[in-house]
Amino acid sequence: MSRLKFSFLLFLILLWGSESTAEEEKEANEEFTEALLLRPLPDRKVLAHFHFQSSAPPTQTYGRHHYIFPKSIYQLVHKFHIREMELSFTQGRWNYERWGGFDPISSSNAKPPGVELWADFDVPQNQVDDSWKNLTHALSGLFCASINFLEHSTSYSATQWSFQSSSSGKLRYGTLPREAVCTENLTPWLKLLPCRDKAGLSSLMDRPSIYRGYYHSQRLHLKSDEFDTSKISSSGIVLEQTLTVVLQPNTFSGKKLQPSWSLSSLFGRKVTGKCSLSNSSNVYVQFQQNLVSEENESREKSEAQKNEILIHEGSHNNPLFALSHPPKRVIKEVENFQKEGSILYEYSVEDYDEYGPFELGLRWKVPVIWSCQQAPLHASRFLLGSGNERGAIAISMKSTRSNDIEIAGLDDEKACSLRVGIFQVVPWYVKVYYHTLEVFLDGESQATMDNIEKIHVSPSEDKVSPGVMEIVLRLPCSVKTAALTLEFDKGFLHIDEYPPDANQGFDIPSAVVHFADFVANMSFEDNLSKEIPILSKLQEKIPVRSYTEVLLVPLTTPDFSMPYNVITMTCTIFALYFGSLLNALRRRRGEEERLLKGKGAEKGPLSLLLSRLSAKLRGKQWEPPKPSSSSSKKSSVNYKLVAKVVLVAGIAIVWQFYYQ
Amino acid sequence: MAETEPAVKSKPRPIMRISLFLVSHSLLFSVVCCTAGIVALLILPLLAKNTYISENALMPGSASPMLSNDDASDGYRFYNRIMDLDAKTTIAGNEIPELIAEHIKELDGEVNYHKFLPISNKFHPLHFFLGPDAGIIQENFTCSSYGINTVGIIRAPRGDGKEAIVLVTPYNSTKITTGEALSLGIAYSVFSLLSRVTWLAKDIIWLASDSKHGEYAAVSAWLRDYNTLSFGDLKLQDEMCSPSISNGFRRAGTMAAALIIKVADSSMEFEKDNLKIYAEASNGQMPNLDLINIVNYLAVHGQGLQVRVEKIWSLLDSWWLKILGQLLELLGSVAKTLNPQWKFGIPVADYVEGSATLASSLYNQALGVPTGPHGAFRDYQVDAITMEISPKFYSSQRALFLLRVGRLIEGVVRSVNNLLEKFHQSFFLYLMTSPSRFASVGVYMIAFALLVAPLPLVATSLFSDASNSKPEKDEISSKSLPTFTSWKWLSAAKTVLFVHLWSATVTLLPYFISKIPNSTPSFNFLSWIELSLASFLFMYAIPGSFSSSSTTQPQRNEWALLKSVTIAAAFIGLCLMSVINFATAEIGALLLVPMCLTVLPLRLDLKEKPVRAFVRRACNVLLVFLGFPPIIFLLLKGALDGFSSVGFGDFWNWAESLWAWNSATYIYMCMVHLPCWVLCIRTLLHRC
Repeated sequence: MSRLKFSFLLFLILLWGSESTAEEEKEANEEFTEALLLRPLPDRKVLAHFHFQSSAPPTQTYGRHHYIFPKSIYQLVHKFHIREMELSFTQGRWNYERWGGFDPISSSNAKPPGVELWADFDVPQNQVDDSWKNLTHALSGLFCASINFLEHSTSYSATQWSFQSSSSGKLRYGTLPREAVCTENLTPWLKLLPCRDKAGLSSLMDRPSIYRGYYHSQRLHLKSDEFDTSKISSSGIVLEQTLTVVLQPNTFSGKKLQPSWSLSSLFGRKVTGKCSLSNSSNVYVQFQQNLVSEENESREKSEAQKNEILIHEGSHNNPLFALSHPPKRVIKEVENFQKEGSILYEYSVEDYDEYGPFELGLRWKVPVIWSCQQAPLHASRFLLGSGNERGAIAISMKSTRSNDIEIAGLDDEKACSLRVGIFQVVPWYVKVYYHTLEVFLDGESQATMDNIEKIHVSPSEDKVSPGVMEIVLRLPCSVKTAALTLEFDKGFLHIDEYPPDANQGFDIPSAVVHFADFVANMSFEDNLSKEIPILSKLQEKIPVRSYTEVLLVPLTTPDFSMPYNVITMTCTIFALYFGSLLNALRRRRGEEERLLKGKGAEKGPLSLLLSRLSAKLRGKQWEPPKPSSSSSKKSSVNYKLVAKVVLVAGIAIVWQFYYQ
Repeated sequence: MAETEPAVKSKPRPIMRISLFLVSHSLLFSVVCCTAGIVALLILPLLAKNTYISENALMPGSASPMLSNDDASDGYRFYNRIMDLDAKTTIAGNEIPELIAEHIKELDGEVNYHKFLPISNKFHPLHFFLGPDAGIIQENFTCSSYGINTVGIIRAPRGDGKEAIVLVTPYNSTKITTGEALSLGIAYSVFSLLSRVTWLAKDIIWLASDSKHGEYAAVSAWLRDYNTLSFGDLKLQDEMCSPSISNGFRRAGTMAAALIIKVADSSMEFEKDNLKIYAEASNGQMPNLDLINIVNYLAVHGQGLQVRVEKIWSLLDSWWLKILGQLLELLGSVAKTLNPQWKFGIPVADYVEGSATLASSLYNQALGVPTGPHGAFRDYQVDAITMEISPKFYSSQRALFLLRVGRLIEGVVRSVNNLLEKFHQSFFLYLMTSPSRFASVGVYMIAFALLVAPLPLVATSLFSDASNSKPEKDEISSKSLPTFTSWKWLSAAKTVLFVHLWSATVTLLPYFISKIPNSTPSFNFLSWIELSLASFLFMYAIPGSFSSSSTTQPQRNEWALLKSVTIAAAFIGLCLMSVINFATAEIGALLLVPMCLTVLPLRLDLKEKPVRAFVRRACNVLLVFLGFPPIIFLLLKGALDGFSSVGFGDFWNWAESLWAWNSATYIYMCMVHLPCWVLCIRTLLHRC
């Protein structure tokens, strides 16, 4: 009995001990935060951006055991020595023209369709490729996706400066444009969250509603400086998970008015409180400041309207729209000369529970039109030419600004230039001739090197590596359109290299266009906002980046039943060849002639006819063969043969009739 | 060929024996083959199979149509607005594009205008087979000479934007007809539905093409710009002559299929609304049969339309087809009594209709001229058809009509949208005998193969005859025989070569003739003939070009060698053409093979009965007379359309349209058919 008591006591002590360590750990900053940002879009849609961030302190100080941070990710980082990694699953295209291309969300969350993965490793140069291959397999298992196809050296490439300013040479980049994204990829992603989708903001993720949207991109960004020996104070691993969806609120309002929506109408669910493990759990509603009322067309009036938002920011009786709840606070973006600021309304879901779920609604009062801020150039990419032999890739960039020449006019007007970086990976079977690179500015062909600041090309090698082109163009600020063309030949694949559904065509992954001179960030007045990860993320200075469309190149595909035909045909040819060869080898000319002379007499009626014919053909007088005794024997043999054939045919006919 | 040593009769190889047998019986063989070839062509309607949907992914009609009455009435309202616009103003032609653009914008579609200039139909001798080329754009133009296409694009939600489906509605911006406005209304109602649906995987492009300069020109201009770095990509805004919005040229990926929607103005002869499918593109290329199949399936089973493909109407009343049909029906019924499983007989009416359709299909493919704007798409390997719908309505039923046709188009778009791969499952080489029956290449090439098969045999037999008959007469030693014959062969080949060279100059002559200003077709045609004759005489005058040995020492068998080489050349030409355009080769073989095979010198004395000799000569002359392309063209045209409408210059117009459309038929006619005809005449007039 005492023994039992003792053990119970021990158990209690252990329990208490573990709890106390947990509390200690919490103090040692293992953190998780969740946030949701909602933004009405000009084309009557709503952007919802979920942002979850978990971070683990460095192993040296903290140890290897975590209670919030997902173990699989921690192991991933440690096994492959990942310095930074980003994986995104995307369905649909980000509409840069309507949804904007200059804000932090579009720059970092607008991704190409399919899967995109890049990772920067902290291993010696010769081990980078191995780490990459292992990483793709690990991720493939982790996310139920065919990321392992990125293992082949033909499908990934090294980038120099497109994803990071400093080129370490250890960054690998690969995309799978044809990967279908569905809930099987979302579930493992949600498993990384401490509350999954059982509590907190992630409980809003009703699968049908988030997959019904116009754009769906789930992203996982990982950053660790554990292996960086130069730094003294490392901050551990930061895992950032975002889900960006663009939804269409179903409304029955007229075509003029922007649709009003609420959280439950968008997602079909309500938030019943925060995830208890998260430090903060906020919902933000963002309004772009250049909302102008359609009714007031004069400039002054719209100015007034703009001020009105500011005036009425505290209350929710705004002239343009009404929010169902008063915000906890209003965060204003500092307006600068680059762009007009926007307004964030912050709500905290901490105060809500199952009995009073958080239900935010937005109702528009007047018809409103506005436009999102655009990247300096709008890039689109397309194929030129027709036919199965050759073609060209063209990237055309059009200036979106009528006004902002002074943006880059930080330096004086003359030297004003716009730096545009383009990163393009082309699979090896599209054989790009990089010397045919042509640059057109405002419709005029330019001497190519004039506008190129730096260029890095690694041509493709058949079945080994894809072609990669990284280029930084320096364009004059006044440029209206710029276009790049690259010619290519279409290669041939071996029959077993064709993917399933080869007749669809082959994809050229999206090109990345980035504007190094432009940073997409917001700057807020509050210092407080630095503490909330989503807000600090919005303030981070990242270059404006956009992706072009995926291209579909129709290649020549064989008729896949052709191997059968080829086999049949080659077999026939072989049979003919070997047959005649053997025949020729076996025969002896002298023997033949002697045989013929001996046989000359014994000819059946058919051969008689033939000989007569050939004689006629050759223009000779036909000589009837001398009759001999053996002819009758021969003919009797023939009759036997005929009799046999007749017999077999008769049996066949009888058989046929008997069985019918 | 045969053995050189007659003393030792070694047994030839079986394959040699068979060929020797065939060569020696070439006359019988050629008669049998030619007859069988013509018969095989005539019974093609019997052999045609029912169409079926080969690609499983298409799944036509598996979803119920979503196009509602509201959409249809939207389309009807749109139609009314266009008609109102037309009634009010017809000034610059910009109003309709602006109206369309405004409506597309309301539907959240992207819109842009595409301006183009017509391309003059010039004859470019070197541009044959070079594919879609940019022609010379006129130098002096005004704003009104621009055509303005309006392009609306719906981006598929969640789609990756790699592929697109194109809907084309041609209309004339200067004077819009009711039918064109209706087709715009149909396209609008479908477009407005598609802008709302969630199942789209491919983008939708609506091209309202301005057929001011012709339907084909507008579509091909747009396609050309779509596939090149065009003006719209390079210049943001062109201030001149353009409507208010024009932000560059918009694209939407690789095109999967294109539907051209046209509404014919009236139809009196049918009791149902009917749909006519045009599919022939340049040089006899056809869209994938699956595309026609889904349209046919959805139109017949979904919307109860009557589907037709083009047919030659005058053939429907021809007595000989009816007799043939009755004969075949009789044969079929006899066969059926023998074995109930033999079901190849079809009713006379079906046979006649099938033959008329088949003839039209064959003719249109052979012509090599696209039968509508869909031809422009085929140049870029996009499957496209034109659907011409003739409504049978009174004005109150127009909304209903819009609903039915809209549902049909929605169904087709939905089917194509289901497609993962591009069209490749079904046939590309086929002839239609009715909208739901086709003869595939495996069947219809039998006729051609049978027609062409005697040519090499007869050539060989003539050659061997010519080379063997010589030593019989003159008793020259057998050693010198091969050299002698090869010399003769060379002179005949030289003649053939020179005639072919001459035909190349004839091919190029229209280029110069077309530069004569203000000339009538008949004048052009006459001058073409005269110039050809002149060049022929010039060629004839060149010493050595035509076998001169005939003048010094007339040889009996020279004509045989010449005929043999002619036949060989015709064989090569026909086989080459069958690769480029099968239908042309088929029709060409029908004309060329009997002429080449039967032709004999008129003065040849075969010691036969005078009646038989006369028949032979008359037959030769008749066939050679028919073999001249203009004559057979004018005769056929007269037989089909009535002789009153036939003019002398028609052939020039026809040939002009052939070269304007870069048809390979023109090349065939001038460089294979014409020289063979000339050589046949030469054989005919040979001195024996």
